[in-house]
Amino acid sequence: MPISAIMAPMVDNDLSLVQAAQRGDKHAFAQLVKKYEQRVYNLARKMVRDPQDAEDVLQETFISVYRHLNDFQGDAAFATWLYRIATNASLMKLRARKDYAVSLDEPMEADDGENMMPREIVDWGITPEEALLNSEVRAQMDAAVEALPETMRAVFVLRDIEGLSVQETAEVLGISVPNVKTRLHRARMMLRENLSAYFKAHPFQKESAV
Amino acid sequence: MSHPRTQVCAELEAHLPDYIDGQAKESICRAIEEHLASCDNCRIVIDTIKKTISLYHDAPPEMVPDQVHQRLIKVLHLPDL
Repeated sequence: MPISAIMAPMVDNDLSLVQAAQRGDKHAFAQLVKKYEQRVYNLARKMVRDPQDAEDVLQETFISVYRHLNDFQGDAAFATWLYRIATNASLMKLRARKDYAVSLDEPMEADDGENMMPREIVDWGITPEEALLNSEVRAQMDAAVEALPETMRAVFVLRDIEGLSVQETAEVLGISVPNVKTRLHRARMMLRENLSAYFKAHPFQKESAV
Repeated sequence: MSHPRTQVCAELEAHLPDYIDGQAKESICRAIEEHLASCDNCRIVIDTIKKTISLYHDAPPEMVPDQVHQRLIKVLHLPDL
């Protein structure tokens, strides 16, 4: 569900909390933290996976929000601004870890369609959801997200896990809507391949159904 | 198993992102659905993309552990509400 749908009745509330926090009201800032820490933490876990790194991202995000509170003008949703800071903090963490820089402005690899071609044709689409959500499958899902290139991962996490709209995802990442769509499709195809290969190796058996 | 792609599969693939997100034009949806009725491989690919999306979307979030929450409000010097 897009931020606009979830947050619509809350936008004014966010704005008044931010304005109170800008005047130094710690209680108002604590309310913002309470409201959003779960979302930021989930985003961070999906982006950096490691719990300690995710905690660092969580802290760095809210420290940065606090320091830059006066830069927030209210012309965008607070949630969009917060997601931008949290996504950047996650990408910084990944870059520090890998010791190389990946820019969101980097040109996309040539779109020759080759790497978009489905390879694994395994029909696991009818597998009952409860059988797919055991801890082993979830670990595989997390590993598959971690295997995505950083910028593709950010698009997928914001759009398909956090449920932002394509437009909101573009605003958070500062990239165009068509760019979001291209990266999103590539990410979904890569994850599908990864999970298909997994379910080919671990076929669902009815007798073991929950 | 390899995917024996036809020209039609390749042409329709370009519209998949919009189709999956329910944003494709009606004529495109119709063309894709007609194709899916006769192409098992494309049907499986689309079904499993949709399933992939719903699995991630429906997975429970990573909850903030209590100690993590406590350390966060401590580092921010905030009251615990």
